[in-house]
Amino acid sequence: MVGEELSLVAQFEVRRRAYIAADGTVVADLPSFASDRDLLVSLYRAMMLTRTFDLRAVSLQRTGRLGTYAVSLGQEAVATGVASAMREEDVLLPSYRDNGALLWRGVAMENILLFWGGDERGNNWSGPIQDFPFCIPVGSQVPQAAGVAYAFKYRKEARVAVCIFGDGATSKGDVWEAMNFAGVWKLPVVFVVNNNQWAISVPLKLQTGSQTLAQKAIAAGFPGEQVDGNDVIAVRAASEAAIAAAREGNGPRLIEAVTYRLGDHTTADDAARYRSPEEVQARWKEEPIVRLRSYLVSRAGWSKAEEEQVVSECEQRVTAAIERYLAAGSRPPQTMFDHLYAELPRAYARQRKEIED
Amino acid sequence: MPEVTLIDAINLALARALADDPNVVVFGEDVGVNGGVFRATAGLQQRFGIERVFDTPLSELLISGLCIGMAAQGLRPIGEIQFMGFLYPCIDHLVNHASRLRNRTQGRLSCPMVLRTPHGAGIRAPEHHSEAAEAMLAHIPGLRVVMPSAPERAYGLLLGAIRDPDPVVFLEPTRIYRAVKGQVEDTGEALPLDVAFVVRDGRDVTLISWGAMVKDTVAAADELSADGIDAEVIDLATLKPYDEDTVLASVSKTGRCVIIHEAARTGGFGAEIAALIAERALSSLLAPVIRVTGYDTILPLPRLEQHYMPSVARIVVAARKACEFG
Repeated sequence: MVGEELSLVAQFEVRRRAYIAADGTVVADLPSFASDRDLLVSLYRAMMLTRTFDLRAVSLQRTGRLGTYAVSLGQEAVATGVASAMREEDVLLPSYRDNGALLWRGVAMENILLFWGGDERGNNWSGPIQDFPFCIPVGSQVPQAAGVAYAFKYRKEARVAVCIFGDGATSKGDVWEAMNFAGVWKLPVVFVVNNNQWAISVPLKLQTGSQTLAQKAIAAGFPGEQVDGNDVIAVRAASEAAIAAAREGNGPRLIEAVTYRLGDHTTADDAARYRSPEEVQARWKEEPIVRLRSYLVSRAGWSKAEEEQVVSECEQRVTAAIERYLAAGSRPPQTMFDHLYAELPRAYARQRKEIED
Repeated sequence: MPEVTLIDAINLALARALADDPNVVVFGEDVGVNGGVFRATAGLQQRFGIERVFDTPLSELLISGLCIGMAAQGLRPIGEIQFMGFLYPCIDHLVNHASRLRNRTQGRLSCPMVLRTPHGAGIRAPEHHSEAAEAMLAHIPGLRVVMPSAPERAYGLLLGAIRDPDPVVFLEPTRIYRAVKGQVEDTGEALPLDVAFVVRDGRDVTLISWGAMVKDTVAAADELSADGIDAEVIDLATLKPYDEDTVLASVSKTGRCVIIHEAARTGGFGAEIAALIAERALSSLLAPVIRVTGYDTILPLPRLEQHYMPSVARIVVAARKACEFG
């Protein structure tokens, strides 16, 4: 306690949510949805699909058939857990590493490949048509999430904006400015930090002096919660609670999902330059897919046949999507003018003609 | 028809947009109860309510980001940045998102937003309050940049900006907020955003300007006419995309051109117009194109700002020089 002459004016706490330990054992009372085996299997399948997709995307990049690609290896529980708690009519504002969330939301894999393959048409998906495209300038989608949430509140719609960003983004003014405004107006928005410990080569300890990232919500006037980001049940439960609170008019929430980036930052990065193989090896013991599998095997009678079926189904789906991606031709160069404005101004119609001529 | 100031015309257009379209929302720093530091939004919160006209935290980056999220959701957000010198944190959002949301989603999402901000020097304001950064904005593909020079056009251009399906930065000439009056009828009629206005017909030389400098340019044209020089004055009004046809038609007619803007010369928007003329109207030219601009210095604090900005005298000298050439 500080000097006795000072009175206490505010007191805060940050709690952490975790249900399944790294070895698959249960460490806390499970949320009710965890008794729904089909649901757990769908979460498992979604994480497996995300990983399969990621690994195949990397091999496409290595063989010159895809541009720079950001893998989400080890963070599948964050994207899947968050997206699985959303309703279709909610709006997702993802970072560039949230493939898993978009896949759960119904974005076609060939769209994601097309974007990373260097074609804007990839972002024109027919899935969740109001969801935002991948955001590459770190954290800059977060103020936009506040704008989306303002529109929901203004129109009195029971919808929620969900925004995922990384630990590095929490150092940016964008994130603070958005959270601050959302707190003032009690907007229906859920902020999710995928705290994977690394912003390219900069570790979390050089990113913040804050004990948790969850506590950054407190200064903005709403609750923040830390969750084991490798436990998909915990991520989903935290997301359900936060999204429900936002939908009911109780204002924003922040979820800090603590996980680990098992892969390089992107295919253009070599993480061996700045972190030890021992560190990464140790973190492999905590990864989310093995963890849920251990739980399913020990508690839900998950069989080898079921496992093999999920693996082969994911492989087949990704293979089929890659074939569709590779079959998509390129578009004529003058189409770069097609969506510049709703209607192309006269001055630029002349420039388009330069390409055509 | 009522005579109103330029700031009144802005206020009228905002009120009209709010009354006509429930998707329009207006926000920024001090725009609520206070009605804006220049009173552009005076009375609007009282009339339309706090959900539609509201104060944001002191957070310019947020204002631009909010606009994008709202616009993607089908609202028609109008954000106010209090002074142009405080707009720079919004550049990331204008360049990386607002201007390209339509293109990067191939039309799936779009961004019909307006970001309004006062523009320019001459009101003896403190440091950072008097910027003229229009060329920086006009370099951004996918954006529209509009700057009125008189109340009657401010009203229609702002309505045009609000109804436009793409993002518009609307620059308001601070120096003439109250220094000019014009007849504005609240008809709800918008002006097109790709048309320059010939505000004075002439045969001998084309004077091209925008924003507050149009007033000085017209004054210079009046002075020149006493010397027998018949100057045509074009108010460019929309800088991006700008009306090349009106510029080229005028220069083809007069053969001489002076471009006037208060922003610094190098890389200023005058350079773009001069290049256009060189590319497409060289054979009409009887004299080199001349720019009368702010200098390539830091905009001085108020004691020297009058020496920085183009004066009527500097415009007259340049126009005479153009007319005497050859």
